[in-house]
Amino acid sequence: MTTYYSEEHEWITVEGDTATVGITAHAAEQLGEIVYVEQKDGGDTFEKGDEIGVVESVKAASEIYAPVDGEILEANEALADAPAKLNESPEGEGWLYKIKLSDTSQLNDLMDLDGYKSFIA
Amino acid sequence: MPFELTTYQAYDFANRRHIGPSPSEMEEMLKVVGFDSLDDLIDATVPPSIRQKDALDWGGPGLSERDALYHMREVAEKNQVLTSLIGQGYYGTTTPAPILRNILENPAWYTAYTPYQPEISQGRLEALLNFQTMVSDLTGLDIANASLLDESTAAAEAMTMAKRSAKSKANAFFVDENCHPQNIAVIQTRAEPLGIEVIVGNPDELDPASVFGAIFQYPGTYGHVRDFTGLIEKLHENKALGIIAADPLALALLKSPGEMGADIAVGSTQRFGVPMGFGGPHAAYMACKDAFKRSMPGRIIGVSVDSRGKKAYRLALQTREQHIRREKANSNVCTAQALLAVIASMYAVYHGPDGIKAIAQSVHRKTSRMAKGLESLGFEVQPDVFFDTITVEVGALQGVILNAGVANGINLRKVGETRVGISLDEQTRPETIEAVWRAFGGNMQDDSEANREYRLPQHALRESEYLTHPIFHLNRAEAEITRYMRRLADRDLALDRAMIPLGSCTMKLNATIEMIPVTWPEFSNLHPFVPEDQAAGYYEMIADLNDKLCQITGYDAISQQPNSGAQGEYAGLLTIRNYHKARGEGHRNICLIPTSAHGTNPASAQMVGYKVVPVKSDDHGNIDIADFREKAEQYSDDLAACMITYPSTHGVFEETVQEVCQITHDHGGQVYIDGANMNAMVGLVQPGKIGGDVSHLNLHKTFCIPHGGGGPGMGPIGVKAHLEPYLPGHPEYGSSVGPVSAAPFGSPSILPVSWAYVLLMGGNGLTQATKVAILNANYIAARLKQGYDILYTSETGRVAHECILDTRALAESAGVSVDDIAKRLIDNGFHAPTMSWPVAGTLMVEPTESEPKAELDRFCDAMLSIRAEAQDIIDGKMDAENNPLKNAPHTVADLVGEWNRPYSREQACYPAGSLDVDKYWSPVNRVDNAYGDRNLVCTCPPMSDYAEAAE
Repeated sequence: MTTYYSEEHEWITVEGDTATVGITAHAAEQLGEIVYVEQKDGGDTFEKGDEIGVVESVKAASEIYAPVDGEILEANEALADAPAKLNESPEGEGWLYKIKLSDTSQLNDLMDLDGYKSFIA
Repeated sequence: MPFELTTYQAYDFANRRHIGPSPSEMEEMLKVVGFDSLDDLIDATVPPSIRQKDALDWGGPGLSERDALYHMREVAEKNQVLTSLIGQGYYGTTTPAPILRNILENPAWYTAYTPYQPEISQGRLEALLNFQTMVSDLTGLDIANASLLDESTAAAEAMTMAKRSAKSKANAFFVDENCHPQNIAVIQTRAEPLGIEVIVGNPDELDPASVFGAIFQYPGTYGHVRDFTGLIEKLHENKALGIIAADPLALALLKSPGEMGADIAVGSTQRFGVPMGFGGPHAAYMACKDAFKRSMPGRIIGVSVDSRGKKAYRLALQTREQHIRREKANSNVCTAQALLAVIASMYAVYHGPDGIKAIAQSVHRKTSRMAKGLESLGFEVQPDVFFDTITVEVGALQGVILNAGVANGINLRKVGETRVGISLDEQTRPETIEAVWRAFGGNMQDDSEANREYRLPQHALRESEYLTHPIFHLNRAEAEITRYMRRLADRDLALDRAMIPLGSCTMKLNATIEMIPVTWPEFSNLHPFVPEDQAAGYYEMIADLNDKLCQITGYDAISQQPNSGAQGEYAGLLTIRNYHKARGEGHRNICLIPTSAHGTNPASAQMVGYKVVPVKSDDHGNIDIADFREKAEQYSDDLAACMITYPSTHGVFEETVQEVCQITHDHGGQVYIDGANMNAMVGLVQPGKIGGDVSHLNLHKTFCIPHGGGGPGMGPIGVKAHLEPYLPGHPEYGSSVGPVSAAPFGSPSILPVSWAYVLLMGGNGLTQATKVAILNANYIAARLKQGYDILYTSETGRVAHECILDTRALAESAGVSVDDIAKRLIDNGFHAPTMSWPVAGTLMVEPTESEPKAELDRFCDAMLSIRAEAQDIIDGKMDAENNPLKNAPHTVADLVGEWNRPYSREQACYPAGSLDVDKYWSPVNRVDNAYGDRNLVCTCPPMSDYAEAAE
């Protein structure tokens, strides 16, 4: 199980050819109190860079861009009623999607934790 | 003592009444700024290369207040006020006198700003929540917004909302041929650039599989009352949405859109107490099912709690809107019709459901008597089932009857070549009905006792309740509602109490004298589609105002149709688009917009199908010329336009503006100069002469129309001659170019405000106002630079008519956010400046020319005392969390509760600037924004919640 980070402030934790995707604690902090999450449905396919959702705080709205190509297996439905989970636990309970990866080699374009830390520093 | 002649000009409106600082105050202020004279300051601020050569002058000084009123009265009397039974979305109505005097004519209501700062806006937020509750009830839908510009634009917004929300992949939109003609026309205008196909037809021939949505008029423009339940079911089967444009008064009697399954309802609340005003302003409404609320355009009021857990109102779901989402926003709508929505909601509070129902029944019964009389004269009256509108087949007699109507003091509607339309209203009297009969050749007496007929069958009638909330069930005594309106007004901080230093919003004086003509019957009681000769006064006023606006801007023609700044942007871009198309360059679709632009710019560009290409700003806040040139070259073949703001949104006169315009023209594009900052230019710089092809003017900023708590506005556009043929037209005037608004001149009944302003000021006075606006801003910048960094200044170190205070350093050193400062200013007795725009974490201040030195000093003292409080936190003298800034605003509830704070009650409640016995008390503590968006409630909460909140 390895976690990668994108320049668009998403994290992706990979196990084989499936993965969990969310926004980073840094992104959640920047947005402030999150009040709404717009998600795609399970079964939707996407390519790297596609918009796969929107996270809204009171004063900002931020698109979520797919860090890799893939297919949505499951959206975290708990977020609809409890968007605050994205602030409380952005890299845990506040995950956005379980996905199936189309091309694991795309992970090489992403950062590891140290890389991301220096990216946001 | 010898008699000496004084030189004091008692009736000099510009220098005595409109401009705040007196000559001696200006001298003191100039010393602080570091200049010997006002002209020296202006010369150092406004680049000489762009200054206009000739002084603004319309042949003489500004008029005195008395002379201005006399002249306006003369012109107003050229309008003939007949009884208009034309209908088509505009009806006679009676503005209840307490509402007329206590709201429409009351600066506490009309000088308020949009309620972005909820703590100081609780009064109008409550009134607007009442409006939403009223609309939601009457339409039978879950959620309503706090008004849109007019019914036609609301209908067009409903179309694009259906496109966003419907699961159907179809690309066509169906429009009932019984919709009001202006609704059909505005929908067609809006649809074309977006590539939406509009099918206008008979609902019986609707193919639900071919459309993503359909709109029906209810009752229809010719009077038909039809149940759309079956049609909407079929639309739903095909994943399309059903929209009903409904008359709210009819809904007091008829089955509601919600009960027919409609997804969205729109309409106009004009006949709820808002005079016709030759077309506007009035509040349109939109309501929808809960599932679509995030796709709804416009402002929505929601209920939240304050830091004490007490109920408090606020604007909800702002992330849908242009100021956050820019080109991804649901719409470009910004200014709406708050004041008119407040009036309509008070009409419902005043009458209650019983009164509204009685009025609706009375209108219907009068229409039934009218129909019966015409039938007895042998005319064929349609339809069989109607509410307030009938259409009479008259064959070749049409012209004769219409003329006979006018001779009897009545305007009837010309329908096709052989029919006459009649719409009755609250104001219809027995004499009106008899006059219509006379026009049809009958000489009968109207007798409401003898004729108690109904023409509404049982199945069409409404059974569900509406206006059930206790607010619509106040005791009907005038004492009760008068005090209710006063209580709400007292909760709010408007211009009648304090300066509102909002950057880019130009909250200048709305002089009483300018407001007086608005409610004259000659301006307020004209139907927008009266015969032209009856509106001669309006045409004369509009022509004269347009002429003066052309002289001010350096443009060649003006269109008064757009109802707001954002709509002006849209109309201007549409004009540019039509121009390119006519030249065979219709492929041009790139619009360059600086990243610092107001959010409406990209949102408007998106609505005409343009692709937004952002241009960077340099370190000084100016357009990055290298980046601009690069983008213009890159998109040279497809460049349609650039949209720039001048002076820049950073409040600086950029030296390079002409270069930017030249680059755009060299690559085949047109230049849109956003007129939001026109108050820094009048008399000094003409946008039409420095390279602009189109600009909109916010008459509700620069030209004194009051903000009304978030509307009305007016956003006329000025264009150079080559664009004039492509300005918005109107079906009533047989134009080939489509309209952008319901009425040909947008909201003409508020144009007397701007007209009075330019007459009173004269060219000289207007120019002086601009100079003093620049002086006031530079004075504030000079005084506040000891406490704050002034973010952007020109190469000469000057700001234009506004300045940006950089408070970001305090966030780091003291943990004090821009919110904390804004909320603390409430304790000081001020509305906050513009927050976090155009730069996050900063405050933008625009004092305008109307504020006297004492008020500017009160504001500066307040800002410096806040700075000192922040310093105490930095120095460790004050707790970083429990301090006057974090706990602001302070309320009476704080004072009377247990006091265990590390600062005194006096410091909490009476900081610098607060006015001793006249102190403004915030009615609520700081409002919890996140709670409101996470727990969305957009109708009046039940009384039990009030009880809980009180506990």
